[in-house]
Amino acid sequence: MTRFLLRRCAQAIVVLILVSVIVFCLLHMLPGGPARAILGVHATPTNVAAFNKANGLDGSLPAQYWHWLTGVLSGNLGFSYVQNESVSALLGQRLPKTAFLAGISVVLAVLIAVPIGFFQAVRRQRVGDYVLTTITLVLYSTPAFWVAIILIDVLAVRLHVVPAEAPQGSFSALLSDPQALVLPVLTITLVTVAAFSRYIRSSVLDELAQDYVRMARSKGAGSRVILFGHVLRNSAGPVVTLLGLSLPFIVSGTLITEYVFNYPGVGLLAFNAATSQDYPVMLGVVIVVAAATVIGSLLADVTHAVLDPRVRSAAGIR
Amino acid sequence: MSLENVTTLGAAEAGLPADIQQPPGRLWLSAFARNRLAVIGLVVIVALLLFSFVGPLFYHTDQIHTRLAMETLSPGKGRPLGTDDVGYDELGRLMVGGQTTLEVAFGAAVVAVVLGVLWGAVAGYVGGIVDGFMMRIVDALLAIPALLLLLFLATVFRPSVPMLIIVVGVTAWLVPARLIRAEALSLRSREYVLAAKTMGVRGPTIIFRHIITNSIGTILVNATFQIADAILVVAALSFLGLGIAPPATNWGAMLSDGLNYTYSGFWWLTYPPGVAIVLTVLAFNVVGDGLRDAFGLDSRHG
Repeated sequence: MTRFLLRRCAQAIVVLILVSVIVFCLLHMLPGGPARAILGVHATPTNVAAFNKANGLDGSLPAQYWHWLTGVLSGNLGFSYVQNESVSALLGQRLPKTAFLAGISVVLAVLIAVPIGFFQAVRRQRVGDYVLTTITLVLYSTPAFWVAIILIDVLAVRLHVVPAEAPQGSFSALLSDPQALVLPVLTITLVTVAAFSRYIRSSVLDELAQDYVRMARSKGAGSRVILFGHVLRNSAGPVVTLLGLSLPFIVSGTLITEYVFNYPGVGLLAFNAATSQDYPVMLGVVIVVAAATVIGSLLADVTHAVLDPRVRSAAGIR
Repeated sequence: MSLENVTTLGAAEAGLPADIQQPPGRLWLSAFARNRLAVIGLVVIVALLLFSFVGPLFYHTDQIHTRLAMETLSPGKGRPLGTDDVGYDELGRLMVGGQTTLEVAFGAAVVAVVLGVLWGAVAGYVGGIVDGFMMRIVDALLAIPALLLLLFLATVFRPSVPMLIIVVGVTAWLVPARLIRAEALSLRSREYVLAAKTMGVRGPTIIFRHIITNSIGTILVNATFQIADAILVVAALSFLGLGIAPPATNWGAMLSDGLNYTYSGFWWLTYPPGVAIVLTVLAFNVVGDGLRDAFGLDSRHG
């Protein structure tokens, strides 16, 4: 177990370093260099030189990278001249809101998708499976923003059950208006359930094909014991891995949802930064989200290894 | 709940390696043909391709010049699907939009699969530190959410059809890379590969003639899913305003433009492109599933 842990952690560190290199390259991919991108087209060479000196951008590329990296690690993610605030402050305001939204949606999605996937696998090729598979396939094929707008149209406009826009302001303001959270959460949950249930269905099908199921059956164990005592437990591992792998997908879904519902989270922040060419903010978001994804999948893999000892061997997953 | 169907699960679930249970030659075609849903999906795809590319030859509309006097007219005589907000005929627009959507989707899928297969095959075959490093790069790129990367790239580079193909493909090659690397890892210890190595066949030749050729099932399946995903990605980008400039259009842009008029009741601006998207993505997913079953591949990784 320790060898597995060490190996995974070492891999994660390498990946994090690579992420930082990639983001650094993106920063310097901007036409005219980061200084010109931030200061704008009308910046004079003197301004650019002064900016470079002040921000440590006048050395060699490796030196710049080191300067930038140490800054990031100490919490300095840059400054947004568009919003006149430091990137870390902006992220600090928005990250809890997005984490809250995404967190609730993912938990709900897992709670819905696991039973659905299970049901589909056990009743495979029967009516129940076909109906559910069709529904989830159609949901999966529908663009997320259309799902969001259909939900708004039906629930907010026609039936007046919930408001159409998300609450603005601080985190406590958010929590004080739970009705306004229903549609954003519902959107992300539906989209995620569609993606998850396919995976869970195949995962449970794989479990059902394992020898131990046949063995237990031949020993006279009833369906309920086999399903809930063995198969459900053994499917927990792949679900955890799925969660770790889906983080980027969930982030994309959250971005679109935040845009549609004007939810003041990190996704909307990134989008506004992109359209106003606020590169420090965009790249700050990328770094933070990427780091969270790497750490998230590390945690997911470790949890999977705890749940399923076969994963710990050098050969990897069965 | 009964478990009798457990015993009828096939070779794939029994854990045999993919290339052994892959039916030789054209057998996968007949396996695919027996899957009614997949065949329907294929028919839908061909129909939409014909609609988009051959349709304009029969149904002439002006898709370049706007006619603001004719804006947002409901379906009627001479205009089966009405007109959009600048006067273009909606049915004609659907055809033109379909051309761009399908072009970008196919192009992006090709870019993603070619890049991914090469990267994964080399990493899996060579193994060792090189493999580790190449796969860490894939992990790092996977950790960056594609939409954020796309937002960034779309603001730096002016969106056009070739640029969109490259940008979408560049964010999508990571999944095929992982898949083909897994295939290469299992294939490189096969007898025929070892025999080839003993005979002195060089690495690149082995990769192309043995590893990649025997992964063709995984590659094809992944390519179909790539096309489906690319359509959704382009739709999302167009919705966020980062698509191609008019008069060019694609179904995603048509849908997101039409959504501005949801409350005016102009259903012909949203449902035609929306249904077209859902139908196409559904069809490609169904075909992909059918191919995966026909090749007998593990459904969690295809």
